[in-house]
Amino acid sequence: MNEAISLVALAVCLAAAIARPRWAPDWAVAALAAAALVALGALGPRGAGRALSRLGPTVGFLAALLVLADGCRRAGVFDALGALMARGSRGRPRRLLAMVFTVAACTTAVLSLDATIVLLTPVVFATASRLRTSPRPHVYACSHLANSASLVLPVSNLTNLLAFAAAGISFARFASLMALPWLVAIAVEWLVLSRAFAGELRIPSDPAKARSGLAAQASDPSRPRDPRRAWEPGAEEPVQPGEPVEPVEPVEPGAEEPVRPGEPVEPGEPVEPGAEEPVEPERPEAPAGRLEPLEPPHARELPAFALGVVAVTLAGFAASSLLGVAPVWFAAAGAALLTVRHRPSSAAELVGAAEPAFLVFVLGLGVVVAAAGADGLSRTVDAVLPRGGSLGALVGVAAVSAALANLVNNLPATLIVVGAVASSAPGSVLAMLIGVNVGPNLTYVGSLATLLWRRVVHAHDEEVNLREFLTLGVATVPITLVAATAALWLALRVT
Amino acid sequence: MRALVWISEGSWEACVDRTRETLASDAEVTLLHVAAADAERLASEPLAERLGRHRPPPPGPAVRELSEAEAQELLAAARARLRRAARTLSLHGRAERVVVQAAADADLLVLAREGHPRLGPGSLGPRARFVVDHAPCEVLLVWPARPEAGVDSIHWPRHMR
Repeated sequence: MNEAISLVALAVCLAAAIARPRWAPDWAVAALAAAALVALGALGPRGAGRALSRLGPTVGFLAALLVLADGCRRAGVFDALGALMARGSRGRPRRLLAMVFTVAACTTAVLSLDATIVLLTPVVFATASRLRTSPRPHVYACSHLANSASLVLPVSNLTNLLAFAAAGISFARFASLMALPWLVAIAVEWLVLSRAFAGELRIPSDPAKARSGLAAQASDPSRPRDPRRAWEPGAEEPVQPGEPVEPVEPVEPGAEEPVRPGEPVEPGEPVEPGAEEPVEPERPEAPAGRLEPLEPPHARELPAFALGVVAVTLAGFAASSLLGVAPVWFAAAGAALLTVRHRPSSAAELVGAAEPAFLVFVLGLGVVVAAAGADGLSRTVDAVLPRGGSLGALVGVAAVSAALANLVNNLPATLIVVGAVASSAPGSVLAMLIGVNVGPNLTYVGSLATLLWRRVVHAHDEEVNLREFLTLGVATVPITLVAATAALWLALRVT
Repeated sequence: MRALVWISEGSWEACVDRTRETLASDAEVTLLHVAAADAERLASEPLAERLGRHRPPPPGPAVRELSEAEAQELLAAARARLRRAARTLSLHGRAERVVVQAAADADLLVLAREGHPRLGPGSLGPRARFVVDHAPCEVLLVWPARPEAGVDSIHWPRHMR
């Protein structure tokens, strides 16, 4: 009976979080469900207290990280990263994608996936648009890397924080075991995404080369490499100095125009293909000055103070077990430093950055899952999960976790699975993390349930090509799961 | 004659050049840019789908406005490069479908191949392929850059060599 009640409560929490009814915010539903389970006796007050005291520090850690990331935004870190990516790309889309990969992977690792999704992705969109390259590959890369590049540090993903608290390994050991899987996951994403978007990543066309078969001089050293300058006056003429003027072929429809009756042909002027039309006075309309610098107007140096705080915080994390200080305190200190130096405009902004509603939702969901777990959910999961440290067993754990994450979303999946694997070797916990972190890329919205709901609501939504999302997910997730887990298995054997 | 030119990042210069070189002076030219709605959506309401997260987007210009401003600049640059009168049209959505819809009352559609710079099926990117397959009018398919190799590079089955 209790089991049925707690499973219903879990389902209600998930339904509220996915459907988002206005009259029942998910955080309130989760809190009420937790309270109701305790009131009904499905979970004793002691059990609920244990769940809360276990989750409390993790949720506090998450809040500190969210405030730290928002402090970085106020300090201008993300705008500066946008300028850095624009400069580093040298106007080439594939180089920009490489820069986006580097920046998104590091942002996700250090400041968590929320920072990549909320703070970095809009900057990447703006950067790509300003460089006049299709923003799609770069924005999709952010979306994918927010999940698959969140393997490496306990702070990269809330799922990692939850598992980190349960697994009982040090920050440094977590990072050393997950570094290789992280790199492997990023490599797989690069191989798949750079291929999938190859068309849109092509080097911006060079009009000199584009004269297919006509102009022999494909590359002209005097031509500016910067594609943004290609249309500047003086740089755009179809006939370049030193390039032989081709004879006008009579088959060209436009070539007949200069001899149109009634139109005086200026004697002595060489006939240039493409120059038949009189140059219209609207040419100066081109905003030549606006686009000269490659970086956005607010570009500036990387904010040293904020990056220094992040670096020191990271060093604190790494040394936390040596110093005997819990990592959460370094995150809190870093967040406090950035808040003091780069003050938020209001207290509401500071509180909003910590996402209190989300924190309450996590706590409520944790209690509900603890109730469901105590009543057999953990035993069911336990029966399904493979045991042991062999490669096959680890891949099995990752696959089951990924499947569960796609059924019910990765946060509940982590809460459910972590109870079952926490007692086993760290290998199983980390394999589970590979599953719940990489798995959500399969359905881009995080889970099948969300996808189905959104599909119903947006059945006529023409804007998003759902099949493209799913194709990219199918192309990356299974390979990443196996390859990253194999890398983890290797790391476990080596260290 | 009404010509619709798909102005797309990375390949627009070639499309504009070819339009200028080949079209009669009395052709009505429309330059069309389609902003990628999926990228705008991923960048503007990224957490809408993520469980339990509610955070509003950070302050700054809205993604849609920024995207529209960049599209207008690109269209202005394209018109300047075309050096003749042309209408400009800025839409947003799934580019390949929007382009086909917009070509409904055009006589000619100019677009770039948007794929690998070598002869073969890979030279036509998925979006360009959709447009070519579904275009309701005639199509001028432009190489955005000179292909790497000529017709000698086309693969022949062994028995046909």
